[in-house]
Amino acid sequence: MPVLRIPTPLRSYTNGEREVTVKGNTVGDAMDDLMVQYPTLRPHLYNGNAELRPFVNLFLNEENIRELQGLATPLQETDRLMLIPSIAGG
Amino acid sequence: MLPMLSHAEILRYSRHLLIPEVGLEGQRKLKQSSVLVIGTGGLGSPVALYLAAAGVGRIGLVDYDVVDFSNLQRQVIHGTAGLGELKVESARDRMLDLNPDIQVDVYNEPFTSENAMRIAADYDVIIDGTDNFPTRYLTNDVCVLLGKPNVYGSIFRFDGQVSVFDARRGPCYRCLFPEPPPPGLVPSCAEGGVLGVLPGTIGTLQATEALKLLLDIGQPLIGSLLLFNALDMSFDFVKLRKNPRCKICGPQPEVTELIDYEAFCGVPGHDHDDGSAGVDWDITVSELAARLKNGNHLSLIDVREPHELEISRLEGARLIPLGQLAARLSELDSAEDMVLFCKSGTRSARALELMVSAGFRKVKNLKGGINAWAREVDPTLPVY
Repeated sequence: MPVLRIPTPLRSYTNGEREVTVKGNTVGDAMDDLMVQYPTLRPHLYNGNAELRPFVNLFLNEENIRELQGLATPLQETDRLMLIPSIAGG
Repeated sequence: MLPMLSHAEILRYSRHLLIPEVGLEGQRKLKQSSVLVIGTGGLGSPVALYLAAAGVGRIGLVDYDVVDFSNLQRQVIHGTAGLGELKVESARDRMLDLNPDIQVDVYNEPFTSENAMRIAADYDVIIDGTDNFPTRYLTNDVCVLLGKPNVYGSIFRFDGQVSVFDARRGPCYRCLFPEPPPPGLVPSCAEGGVLGVLPGTIGTLQATEALKLLLDIGQPLIGSLLLFNALDMSFDFVKLRKNPRCKICGPQPEVTELIDYEAFCGVPGHDHDDGSAGVDWDITVSELAARLKNGNHLSLIDVREPHELEISRLEGARLIPLGQLAARLSELDSAEDMVLFCKSGTRSARALELMVSAGFRKVKNLKGGINAWAREVDPTLPVY
């Protein structure tokens, strides 16, 4: 099943898990599954209209899903999703 | 015409001269080139040290802070003897000790919309070593408007990111992050912490990219974002593309001059605030001490993380980490007087905002946090 990589700032909402196995035929389904597994992540990733917040970058393998079909992008069993956070430390 | 190297410089740079990709000509190019390093903290330290050692002819440093004890765990360009000194001067002294043949220009001022274009105009490459969102967006916009490469690095706890944003040849920072996260969502290193060696890893990668750009060798990280995680020792690369709707480097830009970046991001342009939730909502440590002494009944709510209790704690305080607060509001009685606190007042101000929006009114934020309490009321507690 596809795996989704969780960045450090969000791991406090996934019991410290750095990778979560997700199921679904599309990126959106996989994200819904993630929200079922870890409901407290939702406000950090989605706005009130159930859209990904603009500062949230979700990559499928090496590509930003914005460049693909967004949440409707089809997902393969071996795919790897990665959430890329805005971090500003220096 | 490239500048000549003295015999002393030839000896100093001999290990560079032996690499065909650098060679005598490359070293002369470095001597002629200039780099502006914004921030002389965790990232700026290795960047400035390595670029100085490598013989970049002119290096500019922008910072307005002084060297603090809590900087030395990672800001290796500074030393214990330099505590309290201006960071730009402490860094310049170390760089000139390492390499007296270079020129170091210092700008002891915050990098702002007023001075940024003037400061950056005269440099070939800009390095983003800042510690906050407003200055990162400012640095990006300056580089796009001036047509200069922005060697980006950013860190948090065990995670680092590196890229080269050059809007002439690829995407910019705004293409990837069109909007900043809402204030308070992403903790700063001052609140969330950072592994001391991490800025070393990320800063040396930034210095590497800067040297490649100046020498025009190799593949710069243009259109590619490197994601490093120290715990997993993982290096992942993702592709970045120019965003056709980018507000500054897209075909129809809305941003054509520098803006108010603190207003844009909703946070101050530095990573240490005064730990205040606003005058109406703050309580000072001396007021709190007086109220406790008078036997006033109030609940102390500690919104820090559990591991921070090992460093310092207030007697009788109840721990509800900020991340759990929203889900645990039902445990609290809105009729009760409450004082929220954290390390320095930043997280508890967020907690207060959350509670007020949920209808709580009898809550106060301990201004300056438990660190202010340690400084002013109970010196047996450490400051961290």
